Amino acid sequence: MPALNPDASVGVVHPQTARFEAPLVLACGRELTDYELVYETYGELNAHGSNAVLICHALSGHHHAAGYHNKDDLKPGWWNECIGPGKPIDTERFFVVCLNNLGGCHGSTGPASINQETGRPWGPDFPALRVRDWVHSQKRLADRLGITGWAAVIGGSLGGMQAMRWALEYPNMVQHCVVIASAMKLSAQNIAFNEIARHAIQSDPDFAAGRYLERNSVPAQGLGLARMVGHITYLSDDAMARKFGRDLRTGTLDQGDESSVEFQVQSYLRYQGSQFSSSFDANTYILMTQALDYFDLAREYGDDPVAAFQQASCSFLVVSFSTDWRFSPQRSREIVDALIAADCPVSYAEIDAREGHDAFLLPLPRYMDVFRAYMQRVGESCAQQPGGPS
Amino acid sequence: MRQDLTHIQRWIATGSKVLDLGCGNGEFLRLLQDSREVRGMGLEIDSANITAAIGRGLNIVEQNMDRGLENFPDQSFDTVVMAHALQAVHFPDRILDEMLRIGREGVVTFPNFGHWRCRFYLATRGRMPVSKFMPHNWYDTPNIHFCTVTDFEALCRDKGIRILDREMVGNTQRRPLLAGIWPNLFAVTAIYRITR
Repeated sequence: MPALNPDASVGVVHPQTARFEAPLVLACGRELTDYELVYETYGELNAHGSNAVLICHALSGHHHAAGYHNKDDLKPGWWNECIGPGKPIDTERFFVVCLNNLGGCHGSTGPASINQETGRPWGPDFPALRVRDWVHSQKRLADRLGITGWAAVIGGSLGGMQAMRWALEYPNMVQHCVVIASAMKLSAQNIAFNEIARHAIQSDPDFAAGRYLERNSVPAQGLGLARMVGHITYLSDDAMARKFGRDLRTGTLDQGDESSVEFQVQSYLRYQGSQFSSSFDANTYILMTQALDYFDLAREYGDDPVAAFQQASCSFLVVSFSTDWRFSPQRSREIVDALIAADCPVSYAEIDAREGHDAFLLPLPRYMDVFRAYMQRVGESCAQQPGGPS
Repeated sequence: MRQDLTHIQRWIATGSKVLDLGCGNGEFLRLLQDSREVRGMGLEIDSANITAAIGRGLNIVEQNMDRGLENFPDQSFDTVVMAHALQAVHFPDRILDEMLRIGREGVVTFPNFGHWRCRFYLATRGRMPVSKFMPHNWYDTPNIHFCTVTDFEALCRDKGIRILDREMVGNTQRRPLLAGIWPNLFAVTAIYRITR
C-alpha cells in the first residue's frame, strides 16, 4: 500500500461474509438452499440510509473494488481509480457496497465451493445463473445491510447489465443507474468469442468434465487460452499497436539468424493467461460467460426494450468508449434510444478513448469528469431526499 | 444570459417537456427547469459543455443532430428549442421538419444575416462580415448556412410551417423599435415560435 495514501484510497479494507439460509429460486428453475456472499463496504451509511451505492462487477471482477487488503498490499482493488475520497464515487459522500457475485470464485458460493449435499465441490453441477439471479441475491444483501434503496447502482460491461436489471426488477429501490460500456444483449460475435473461451477450457484434458478440483488438477492451459482470447477483445487494435507494436522481446528477425523470436504481445498474452489461470476458477469462467450470453434485457417484455425500460423509475447515465468493439458505442446508443423512447431521464457520453473495452477501468480525464459530474448529482439528490426512494 | 434566451423563456409552459438541440453548457435548460419546472433534455456534441451540463444536474445526450434525430419519437416533446444553431447545421430545412415532428412547437433563434451592418460590411469591403456576433472567418466558421429574416420566413411558407410568434433583438437592449418595424434590416437576432 503506497505510503501516506497519495492516491486517495479508502485505505485498508476487510472483506466480510454474509450467509443466507433462505432458499433462492433461480431463473433456471433450480434453487440454492443456502449460500454465502463475500463483500466489502467503503464509507459510512448516513442516518437516512439514502447514500448507498452498489457496484456490480464484470466478468472477472470481485468484491475487492477499492483500497488494500493490508499495509503491504501493492495492488489496490480493481476500481480504485473511481472509488475513494474525492474520486467520482466519493467515499466521503457515499456508502459503497461491492460483492463477489454468486457463482464467483473469490469467496462467494460458487462452483469451487463444497456442495453440502454431496460433500464434494459443486464443479459443473453448480446451477447455471442469470444476471437476474445476481440481482435478487444482491437485494438480499441490501436487506441484510439495512439498505432500503440505492442512491445508485453502477456497473461496467456485465456489471452494467446487472445495473439495468436492478432498474427493472426493483424500480423503487434505485434512484440512479450508471451503465458503462455495456449492452442490452450480446451480439452473435460476442457469444462466438465466449464460446471459443469455453471451448478452450472444456477441451483441456485437465478440465475433466469440470471435476478438476476433485482430481487436484487445474485446466491452466485452457483457462489461460480463454483469457488470451478475452484480452484481445478488451483492447483496441490501436491500443495493442501502441502498447506492443511489433517490438520483439527476444531474438531478431535478421537474415541468417534463426534464433527463436518472441514478440512483446506474445509474451504479454502468455503472462495474462498464466496469471489468470492461477487465480480464477474455470467453472466460474464458464458460468459467467454463459450469464453474459443469456442476458437479454427485453426478453420478458415482448422483446421490446422500450417496454422494458418503462418499468424503470430512475435516472440513467450511459457511457461508451469510441474504440470499444466488444461493447461498442452502438450498443450503448441502443440503450439510450430505448430510454428516450421510454421517457426515462438519461444522460449519455461517448468517450474518445484508444483503449477499447478496457477503457472503462481506466482514469481517462473526460470519463472521470463526466462520471464525477453525474455522481455529484446523485449525491445532491440523495442529500435532498432523506429516507431515499420509497 | 443571451437576450434570445430570455425571450424564449416566456414561451415555455410550466411543467412542459422541452428538448434543447445544441444546449451548450446547459445554462438555459437549467434556468427553464428552475423557473418553469420543465422536464428537460439537451443534445450537445462539445465534451466540455456536456460535462458542465451534466454537472448542472441535467439530462444531456451526446448526439450530433446532423446525423439525424430519428431516435426521438413523434410528438414526444411539448417544445423543441434550437438556439443559435440553425446556421451551423448541415440541413436546416430537415432539422426544422424534425423539430416539428418531435415537438408540438419549435423555437428557433438565429443571427440575421440581413442586418444592415452585414450588408454594409459586405457592400463596402467586399468581404464576408466578421463581427462580435459572428467572429469567425469564412473558412473556419461553424456557421455554414446563414440566412436572413426574410429567407427564414420564406422557408417556413414553403414548408407549411406556421409562425406563432416572432421577436427581434436589435443592436441595443433599449431600442428594439427599429428591429420590430424593419427586422430584416435591424434585427441582430431573430427568434421564432413555430408549429405545423
